[in-house]
Amino acid sequence: MAKSDALTQTVCEIVQGHGGMPTRLLQILRDVQDRLTWLSPETLDRVAEGLHISPVKVRGVAEFYSFLYTAPRGSYDILFSDNITDRMLGNRELLHALCDRLGVRMGETRADGRVTVGVTSCTGMCDQGPAALVNGYALTRLDKLRLDRIVELVNGQIPLTQWPSEFFEVISNIRRADILLGRHFADGTALRAVLKRGSEAILEEMVKSGLRGQGGAGFKSAAKWISCRNAPGEEKYVVCNADEGEPGTFKDRVLMQDFADLVFEGMTLCGRVIGARQGFVYLRGEYRYLLESLEATLQRRREVGLLGEAILGDPTFDFDIDIHLGAGAYVCGEESALIESLEGKHGVPRIRPPFPTTHGYLNQPTVVNNVETFAAAAKIAVEGGAWFASRGTAESKGTKLLSLSGDCERPGIYEYPFGVTVRRVLEDCGARDAQGIQMAGPAGHMISARQFDRRICFEDLATGGSFMVFSHRRDILDGVRNFAHFFVHESCGFCTPCRVGAPLLRDLVTKVHTGHGTRYDLEEMRKLGRIMQVACHCGLGQTAPNPVLDSLEQFPEAWERRLRSTTFEPAFDLDAALEQARQLTGRSDPDAYLREEELMMGAMP
Amino acid sequence: MIEPKVKIATCSLAGCFGCHMSLLDLDERLFDLAERVELDRSPLTDIKELGNCDLGLIEGGVCNAENVHVLMEFRTRCKILVAIGACALNGGVPAMRNQYDLKECLEESYLRGIGLVDPQIPNDPEIPLLLNQVHPLHEVVKIDYFLPGCPPSADAIWTFVNQLLSGQPLALPYTQIHYD
Repeated sequence: MAKSDALTQTVCEIVQGHGGMPTRLLQILRDVQDRLTWLSPETLDRVAEGLHISPVKVRGVAEFYSFLYTAPRGSYDILFSDNITDRMLGNRELLHALCDRLGVRMGETRADGRVTVGVTSCTGMCDQGPAALVNGYALTRLDKLRLDRIVELVNGQIPLTQWPSEFFEVISNIRRADILLGRHFADGTALRAVLKRGSEAILEEMVKSGLRGQGGAGFKSAAKWISCRNAPGEEKYVVCNADEGEPGTFKDRVLMQDFADLVFEGMTLCGRVIGARQGFVYLRGEYRYLLESLEATLQRRREVGLLGEAILGDPTFDFDIDIHLGAGAYVCGEESALIESLEGKHGVPRIRPPFPTTHGYLNQPTVVNNVETFAAAAKIAVEGGAWFASRGTAESKGTKLLSLSGDCERPGIYEYPFGVTVRRVLEDCGARDAQGIQMAGPAGHMISARQFDRRICFEDLATGGSFMVFSHRRDILDGVRNFAHFFVHESCGFCTPCRVGAPLLRDLVTKVHTGHGTRYDLEEMRKLGRIMQVACHCGLGQTAPNPVLDSLEQFPEAWERRLRSTTFEPAFDLDAALEQARQLTGRSDPDAYLREEELMMGAMP
Repeated sequence: MIEPKVKIATCSLAGCFGCHMSLLDLDERLFDLAERVELDRSPLTDIKELGNCDLGLIEGGVCNAENVHVLMEFRTRCKILVAIGACALNGGVPAMRNQYDLKECLEESYLRGIGLVDPQIPNDPEIPLLLNQVHPLHEVVKIDYFLPGCPPSADAIWTFVNQLLSGQPLALPYTQIHYD
């Protein structure tokens, strides 16, 4: 009874700390879990009571997000980032070594409840992997020595705050700076510009600049702002999409770490232009380590009059920013799923139209822009649209931040004017032996050396910034298989073509990758891929087959050298599938086996 | 000149014979069919040995070693092999056991069931061994056509067989393949 009272009190405190608002449900669950390590059914019921919403809804949210646990976890929860770039750096070997040393099986919690070791999708540390998260905090540059130390720290029950700080050091690795990263920006100048010149003038500069959504979709930012400004609504909102989940991209992490003021200034500017008083940063859970410094930056901006009420002394200029933390759901990078998540729901993409500019957060007009877009907007307000448009190509103005990782000597952030060739980027980062690039992440495109003269811009190769290099030492199919698993894990489960299609695709990729596939399987993958491209509800499912379809076209030899000469092979080992029954019955008579020659009968001549 | 009849074989693997019942629902159309086809191995003929056939229609998924043998034989003997019904396409109801371990399934049925006398897991060699999981046909052999439904309606089967036999492109009207 006393225990239950304590639980109720803990939950009550946290719920009240969030103003008892159901829109804060995800944040509340995160906080509750931070205190209690996991979310028991009883805990979830208390949260539902505290918020006066249905327990089913709370459970639905708790079960949706990867980083919310509805089963007990270890006091130390270690999740290895499992992107292909982490694999290139040897994360699997480290993962297995750590499990052995700690005496725990992957994905399970040790009997003493001390530690859980598992894997998670890309944590955005591709230029400094192998990476992991421990209790949500990023670990970088893991190696054998660090693992040894981690084993000691876990077994010695040393609190995370006393772990060596260098384990958590995240470096920015800015290798090439252009107008966005290279020029100094004085805080407040964009806001002074909008107050001096007016919102209309700033919008004109935005139009002139040609700025397009830097998350990769490339929608004209000015058009979005104008549409939202003109949309009727009681309140308007500004949302910064910092849910940088596309494997291989980490430029938003660097912007939030080193250029947070610029991003916040862009958001505040947008708020002024569209008439919003509230902004949100949706920060991916993997970047939890940034939260305190970002909150401090926001506080400092409030203190110097760049945020909050009466910004720069103008009584008509109120704007503030809240940071929402995600909890491990790639699909929340899709803007309507992100809004659902901001509203405290599970992140399933909405049917569009209507678009967020008219029906966004709480059904009110909302601008959702990428981190880099807001940063560029702040610069444009100060330097002018023509200045920005002087860089880039006809349809893609300005610059783009690329996150380089994989097989190159100098991974990190590279800012280029739009229109740069893939070849130039490869030369700059020291990728001398590239056989292919995964451009714009698994949802983007895989290109082979034949296409290295293509240009990075919306007219040719559009990208949100992910750029993963595969050298000739690599097996392209390792990447394809890794991406196929990624999409299965990240599918939100809402629509059948994605929920079912992604696992079917993964199974076919695995079948061929492990040497059991035939030409028939390649054709099945093509068919399935085409269905997913047209039938899936959102971009996640529509792009999930890209790595398979692209590699079939760009790297056919990687597939073909694995094919069996037969026209058909079963999807599983038939005789092995009888083994359990043989054991249970103790049978060893001839009929208890599926003999090779009989199996061959079924394989067509 | 009399055209040679098309030879058809049918069988039910891990199914409920519902698809065969649907075939019988062709009613008077069965007479038309009988003019053009000759049934080889089928529950309707009780022929045990499968001969060389033009068309094989298979209901049900693959749940045991015998299913594998029969399906392999059909694949070898039939020029065209068709998966008919939800179980053949996806595993269907029998595949609901896939979320449990085979051991759990057998123990629940034969060791912990109500009213069991001398509980034991049957191990007679006459009884086909169960696979760990129930699989759709296309995971075991190449399938040429898939006719969905639980069961596909007699009209759907009729349309399909007619189009196939007459060499027309296969196109079922929406009303015959929607289930909501």
